[in-house]
Amino acid sequence: MDYRELNLIGSTSPHLRTKAGAAHIMGEVLLALTLPLLFAVYNFGPRALTVTAVSVAGCCGFEWLYRALMKKNNTVGDLSAAVTGVLIAFVSPVTVPYWILLIGDFFAIVIVKQLYGGIGKNFLNPALAARAFMLSWAGEMSKWALPAAFGQGAAPVWGPVDAVTGPTPMSFLAENNLPELMKYYDLKDMLVGLIGGSIGEVSALLLILGGVYLIARKITTWYVPVSFIGTVAALTFLFPRGNDPMTWMLYNVLGGGLILGAFFMANDYVTSPVSHKGQVIFGVGCGLITVFIRYFGSYNEGVCYAILIMNLVVWIIDKAIRPARFGVVKAPKPKAEKAETSGKKEAGKK
Amino acid sequence: MNVGKQLKEGLISQNPVLIQLLGMCSTLAITTSVANGIGMGLSVTIILTLSNIFISLLRKIIPDQVRIAAYIVVIAGFVTMVDLILQAYFEELAESLGVFIPLIVVNCIILARAESFASKHRPLAAAVDGICQGLGYTLVLVVMSAIRELLGAGTLNGVEVFPSEYAVQMLALPVGGFLTLGCLIALTQWARSKTGQGGK
Repeated sequence: MDYRELNLIGSTSPHLRTKAGAAHIMGEVLLALTLPLLFAVYNFGPRALTVTAVSVAGCCGFEWLYRALMKKNNTVGDLSAAVTGVLIAFVSPVTVPYWILLIGDFFAIVIVKQLYGGIGKNFLNPALAARAFMLSWAGEMSKWALPAAFGQGAAPVWGPVDAVTGPTPMSFLAENNLPELMKYYDLKDMLVGLIGGSIGEVSALLLILGGVYLIARKITTWYVPVSFIGTVAALTFLFPRGNDPMTWMLYNVLGGGLILGAFFMANDYVTSPVSHKGQVIFGVGCGLITVFIRYFGSYNEGVCYAILIMNLVVWIIDKAIRPARFGVVKAPKPKAEKAETSGKKEAGKK
Repeated sequence: MNVGKQLKEGLISQNPVLIQLLGMCSTLAITTSVANGIGMGLSVTIILTLSNIFISLLRKIIPDQVRIAAYIVVIAGFVTMVDLILQAYFEELAESLGVFIPLIVVNCIILARAESFASKHRPLAAAVDGICQGLGYTLVLVVMSAIRELLGAGTLNGVEVFPSEYAVQMLALPVGGFLTLGCLIALTQWARSKTGQGGK
């Protein structure tokens, strides 16, 4: 059989034969976020779902509108805007007014992402930047609804929002009040997510499940989340407030947005370092800043700002940790020179 | 001398803030209200014009080696005058501008115009240059402070436009200054690329 009859495609290496494109990856991320979303609906009531839907619609709408107005090829289909939309909803309280949510969507998509060139060009995580921006309305953004699963009434989908709000684990931790916190939420609640907080951060268990799914599907790697969560765990275990390091550490790891941030935001391809070594440095940096803000800062929770700050130094990490090019041998620099000079000195002595 | 060309350069094509990226510090700091923006812009325009004229008159006397120090002495004289006048007649404005009036002494726009224009041109041309560049600076300050005051506090020159609980407080904070200035510069560059000026 003549080779010319074979149905061959001529192209240069690497020869990848996979569906993996932006849309495929973002689809998997959305899939991983489904369970936490379902749990949020159970925990906070149907408003969790409508807030997420509005946010997704807002993000996709602004993305489509900007690309259409600027006469660029439309990128709504790659689902990255949808993921940003879900994440913005996940970091908001369930009582967030829809108009604040839409302003956050606009900021994330147009200012943070599209003005820098669209998907793959943003240097900040759009969802977290939007959250930082939405804190302009600090009062609305820090009303944390208690789980409706407690039977205290969920926030209504429409109309005046008067859900029962209350302390989150982070507000107890900020006051170093571990005994009260343990009375209010036990560790099982923390793991399952029957706690107050933002829509998507509550269920540590389901978020870890989603994160592990993404790692198992080779969508993301474990370097950033493990080093991030590991650093927070190590620091809080070594420097506990109170005399029960293990419990203090567990509450610190399971509380707040740490799990959500580590698996789904810090681990974003675009805004984390390229090399594995760099990713570990990035994760450790995130963990350090998170604990510093929680311990010494005026905010209860530091994950959002920790990731944003580390986003800003990714280019420095990438420059410092530049992997050797394939086939290029690193020149043995300082040692050899030292040996040479010392050799010369000895020769001179002789 | 071409007044029209100088005016166009000062306001648009060579705008001191948006194109030359000078005087950013005061631009970021004081643009929280329209009144501040106008007050600061006019103060800088007056000082810039007067110092341009004086430096142009002295351009053959000032030795090259100490010219920066000499410029600063001239500028500082006018800044002190404006500072005292503001304190005497516009107490409120002087209070809200605070340290940024004395800091005009080291404002890069004024030093840059002294170095690149006034020291090489006749006094009349230098005066026109001072007015044009000063107006360019004032224009940016007014636009920026209008955006920040309107969106950040819901007012325009102190008049309420919409209730302040809907305002983006962040824009009134320092970070809002960076955001607004960044967006304005991006807009300028976009407009330049559309009209075929500038880089890519």
